[in-house]
Amino acid sequence: MTDGHDRVFDDRTPGVEEREPTASYLSYTVGLGLAIVATIASFVVSQTSLLWAPGIPVGLIVLAFAQIGVHLVFFLHLGSGPDSTNNILALAFGVLIVFLVITGSVWIIANLSSNMTPM
Amino acid sequence: MAFTATINKAPTAIPTELARGRGGGGPAPKRTVVAYGFWIFILGDMVMFSALFAAFAVLRSNTAGGPTGAELFDLRSVFIETMCLLLSSYTCGLGALSAERRKPSRFLLFGVATFVLGSAFLVIEATEFARMVEMGAGPSRSAFLSAFFTLVGMHGVHVTGGLIALIYLAAQAIAMGLQPAVLRRLLCWSLFWHALDIVWVGVFTLVYLMGDFR
Repeated sequence: MTDGHDRVFDDRTPGVEEREPTASYLSYTVGLGLAIVATIASFVVSQTSLLWAPGIPVGLIVLAFAQIGVHLVFFLHLGSGPDSTNNILALAFGVLIVFLVITGSVWIIANLSSNMTPM
Repeated sequence: MAFTATINKAPTAIPTELARGRGGGGPAPKRTVVAYGFWIFILGDMVMFSALFAAFAVLRSNTAGGPTGAELFDLRSVFIETMCLLLSSYTCGLGALSAERRKPSRFLLFGVATFVLGSAFLVIEATEFARMVEMGAGPSRSAFLSAFFTLVGMHGVHVTGGLIALIYLAAQAIAMGLQPAVLRRLLCWSLFWHALDIVWVGVFTLVYLMGDFR
């Protein structure tokens, strides 16, 4: 018990609950505010000529990624802390698979339909 | 005496090399392990949704002479739907936080708010589906509509399942109290609900907003 502070973390049985540093009401409220701003921006951008028309899809995708980031950080509490390391690695792998499935399908089918003989 | 003092010390500011989950400092607490396992399930669910998103992205222009998204979608109701789901995600987070801080009445209040907002989302979505089927734009009309109903319907099925699980968890919290096992289930449920909101961000961007201005 007295041989330095590292023993403090060794002595707990796995499964014993302890106080954890958790998020606050404030972080959820900040997240909600940012998410609402991103949502309204998406709807406004798609319905007005605020953005140059061919740039609208890019703008919408950027806003969607920004909002997903807000959700991950403020609602799901993915941070840089040691407890999040494994979750972030798993998320990175999930994002890779999602990216491959969606862009791969779109790319292959677009290529296929451009090589179709005209009907 | 020294023993209890050490045990009750809150683990604030753990040095990185001692933090659990990286091999040092002993095994991670059960809460972290359970949340990690559930996180893997959520990512698997995301991969399933990505297949449906890919199918929709590929089939969106194959309307077979039928109505397009721009003719069918009512963005006003989509916006209200989106806000309902976003607010329910917020109240869900606050509810999970209240449960963790052992405030049962506040937890139930936020739980009811989450349930009401989630149900409002489902009602708006079901109304929209019924309106489209009535117009002759059901899932069998074109490949675009098949993909639309599969993707948005699958999200709706998840929301329905989440609401049923919420009733179950609230009943557990009332019957068993906010004990550690119940708190872990609530943590997993809130992860699930937030993940559904993330999927919805993809749905309203790809399906509704990108479908409308084209």
